[in-house]
Amino acid sequence: MSERIIKVKNLKKNFGKHEVLKNINFSVKKGDITTIIGASGSGKSTLLRCINLLENPTDGEILYNGENILNSKNVPAYRAKVGMVFQNFNLFENMNVLQNCMVGLRKVLKMNKEEAKERSLYYLEKVGMTPYINAKPRQLSGGQKQRVAIARALAMQPDVLLFDEPTSALDPQMVGEVLSVIKKLAEEGLTMIIVTHEMAFAKEISNHVVFMHNGVIAEEGNADRIFVNPKKAETKEFLQRFIACA
Amino acid sequence: MSLPQDFWGRIIFIINEYGLSLLKGAGTTLLIALVGTLIGCVIGLIVGTIQAIPISKKDNIFKKIFLRILKIIMSIYVEVFRGTPMMVQAMFIYYGLAVCFGINMSMWFAAFFIVSINTGAYMAETVRGGILSVADGQTEAAKALGMTYTQTMLYVILPQALKNIMPQIGNNLIINIKDTCVLSVIGTVELFFATKSVAGTYYTYFEANAIAMVMYLCMTVSCAKLLRLIENKLNGPENYSLSTTDTLAFTSGLLKYPNKKEAK
Ligand SMILES: Nc1ncnc2c1ncn2[C@@H]1O[C@H](COP(=O)(O)OP(=O)(O)OP(=O)(O)O)[C@@H](O)[C@H]1O
Ligand SMILES: [Mg+2]
Repeated sequence: MSERIIKVKNLKKNFGKHEVLKNINFSVKKGDITTIIGASGSGKSTLLRCINLLENPTDGEILYNGENILNSKNVPAYRAKVGMVFQNFNLFENMNVLQNCMVGLRKVLKMNKEEAKERSLYYLEKVGMTPYINAKPRQLSGGQKQRVAIARALAMQPDVLLFDEPTSALDPQMVGEVLSVIKKLAEEGLTMIIVTHEMAFAKEISNHVVFMHNGVIAEEGNADRIFVNPKKAETKEFLQRFIACA
Repeated sequence: MSLPQDFWGRIIFIINEYGLSLLKGAGTTLLIALVGTLIGCVIGLIVGTIQAIPISKKDNIFKKIFLRILKIIMSIYVEVFRGTPMMVQAMFIYYGLAVCFGINMSMWFAAFFIVSINTGAYMAETVRGGILSVADGQTEAAKALGMTYTQTMLYVILPQALKNIMPQIGNNLIINIKDTCVLSVIGTVELFFATKSVAGTYYTYFEANAIAMVMYLCMTVSCAKLLRLIENKLNGPENYSLSTTDTLAFTSGLLKYPNKKEAK
């Protein structure tokens, strides 16, 4: 049995009186590609943000290689091992493409300049952004920004990469370029947790699907099981709406 | 030499006789304004940054108390120096402290001190606003990479905040060039002080002050232009050059190349 990198136990998150995550349990094995689907407001982003502690869980445990990171004294070191790609890219506006990738390597991993540059260029190449290393984020298209954001996260060589709706802010013609980068990473065996509304993509890429509904995991299982043969009424209804849209 | 009767004649007379002392006054004005603005910005940067530090529930109790007290002291400083006239502050600090506590500071020190501390109070609020105006996503991205609060501030937030507040810094410099004139009350011989003595001697209030206004205008306009240039420099070029670097050349340690020995 392969090791569990991340294990979420009885996770709860309240915003004031609003219970956004009610009792979440799930785990991610090395090499897993987990997609989280569910209606808007069901708590997908909140769950993902709890995993790298951008939100402080109200209760529960998050085990990273068996260690509860909620008690960890060194949160930055943990975050360096868990990458995140945001819906709105969040590239550093004051840096060019290359600097965006290098800054984490230089300041967090304390690499020297040459090493950091070499590694950044390697990952920028992977996402097809080498020609743009001198560009500032505001000079790039949405799809290009997201590819840089992916390279920036990859350069840290994280154990797990989290994606929060990586294509939702993109024009339709740019969705493809970002999805194909993610597919490439999947083939290389990178462990990923992806929140997405792209059902066809989720079905194709993931080996584990988590369906969230009102702050709980309503149903989970392998991609074929969930998409072809959902058991719960909520899951059926949610998927039907997507098929109707498509 | 007697005083001419016509306007231009008087202007030329004043420039001939007192041009040097007016220029020296203008130099003093510029020096105090520039140094005061610079030190003020540093003070503002420190105070504003500290005031923007969030106090989180998870911090330990000593850190919380220490930060609270520090923040209170700093907001008192900001309110007092923003909320009272610089002229009164100048009198209070230079004469008041001397009379009451026997603190005799040099006039120069007092002049720089007053302008700096005043600018600092204004800049603190500007810096705090500049920090808050940087999008949350920037902080989150930095945190997600594993940066600490200090690293996030230093490499991501402050550079963007500073760029955003550059126009405000320029504004402060211009205000300082004009407002150093209140330092004449403590005997600083800046442009206004110099003008007053010239105007008083020959009763040429119209002409002497006309010259002074032109000189002030020259200083403020050229400083504004200079700052605009710096601002544009900071913005960087509008275009980027597509890199033609052969990236394979850099990735020697990471990529596998076909083994040459095998070919032989
Ligand atoms: N910072 C916050 N403060 C208060 N409420 C919040 C906060 N962030 C999220 N919420 C609430 O938590 C609930 C879940 O939000 P979340 O962003 O996790 O949903 P989501 O499943 O990601 O939705 P979407 O598909 O629209 O992104 C929503 O009702 C939202 O209003
Ligand atoms: Mg969301």
